[in-house]
Amino acid sequence: MTNTYGFGRILISIGVAMCLRIAPLPFHLDIYNPDWVLMVLIYWSIGFPERVGIFHAWSFGLLTDVLTGRLLGQYALAYSLVIYICLKLHKRLRHFPLLQQELFIFACLLLSQLLLFLIKNLQHPAQLHGDFWWPVLSGTLCWPFVYLTLRFVRLSKPVN
Amino acid sequence: MPQGLPSYPKRPPNRLISRTTTIKLLFATGPSINTRLLVAVIASVALLVTEQRGGQRLDFLRAGLSLLIEPLKHLVDMPSAMVTQTTESMSSYTVLKKDNERLREEQLIQQTRLLKLEALEKENIRLRALLENSFKLGEQVLIAELLSIKMAPYEHILVVNKGTRFGVHPQQPVLDANGVVGQVFRALPLSSEIMLITDPNHAIPVQVNRNGLLTIAVGSGELNRLLLPFLPSNADIRPGDLLITSGLGGTFPQGYPVATVDEFTTQPNKAFASITATPTAKLDRNRELMIVWSKTMPVPLINKSDAPEPTPSATEQHHD
Repeated sequence: MTNTYGFGRILISIGVAMCLRIAPLPFHLDIYNPDWVLMVLIYWSIGFPERVGIFHAWSFGLLTDVLTGRLLGQYALAYSLVIYICLKLHKRLRHFPLLQQELFIFACLLLSQLLLFLIKNLQHPAQLHGDFWWPVLSGTLCWPFVYLTLRFVRLSKPVN
Repeated sequence: MPQGLPSYPKRPPNRLISRTTTIKLLFATGPSINTRLLVAVIASVALLVTEQRGGQRLDFLRAGLSLLIEPLKHLVDMPSAMVTQTTESMSSYTVLKKDNERLREEQLIQQTRLLKLEALEKENIRLRALLENSFKLGEQVLIAELLSIKMAPYEHILVVNKGTRFGVHPQQPVLDANGVVGQVFRALPLSSEIMLITDPNHAIPVQVNRNGLLTIAVGSGELNRLLLPFLPSNADIRPGDLLITSGLGGTFPQGYPVATVDEFTTQPNKAFASITATPTAKLDRNRELMIVWSKTMPVPLINKSDAPEPTPSATEQHHD
């Protein structure tokens, strides 16, 4: 029972999230593809705050930067800030009902997207249109799915 | 023993506890969460600034990290690759035979055209030599296969399976059988990212094939449309005109088809006309693309084998 026990599960779930992130969706559904990686990171940081820390979020953010071809550090910054908030509030968040959790997730995704928007605007201003914000909403709607799936993954074999 | 001696050895160091204990730690070890956030934020901002300013300086880091996620790209691509493979292997004998015949015919026609082209090329070189003009000739291509991945929804960037290991480098032109597709935007070790000509951030110098009118075609963000925003209302351009690469700017080789003009509307209140064009390349339907190396060395005007004893005027040209 070392500190890294159960980390394989976390890695695999994040790998799946990264695959979903770049999966091509039919019927122009791409603009609604939410930030799966961030949602999975939020779940694990609330569930295992002692295992998924800010540096993990930062590293996976850097990988997401490479994955989606952004400037390096963009997602790393957004993810580490969001996970910081989750770690600070994790004791309270665990007792939230699902609906209240959704509100929190909405705020988190919005914060992350806002940071990305600001960084993007520094590069070349006024290039994005309204579709940029859809993933925040779709991510919020997908949260119960992520939550229940990962809960199943977590409880399928007792961790401690 | 003197009483004032510190009692270090009696208390085991904290680190030892954290390594051997099996209970959950009540107090986190290491730097506090605020310090960690500060470090993470500073590191990300440093990366952002370095890449924004320095351009290529962080390419080694990106290349290294891309090796970690390369399997994911292939994993995502697998379903569509399998579909193509199965449809290919399931096609019947008659279909294959028909395909084979058609391709053979096409090959014959292309081959005869090429014969003529070679003669034309030689003639062109001779004429250029008369005009004392240098001539760029010849390109080398590499066929790359598309990975069906969507990196960012509002950008027209494709990923192909050939990277720096094959010598691909940024700003290389990418073509398909019908025309210009785009250019290599970023080359990673095992894959590279290609920006299509229809990306809103992309512009390509073109020329009207009919009369040589030069302009720039800008991506519109839609897969079947380019914009020509820099032509005045009285420009000599009509619907149906073929736009080819002009070779200016040095990225794209000269003379490849880019798009056909489909709409020309004058705007009475503006200085420039609104012109749209459709790309000739099948941007959303091709799985195979060609990455092009254009030979940057101009062909010498007079071949050494042709003229073993160059005249004084010819040697002067070589020195120019």
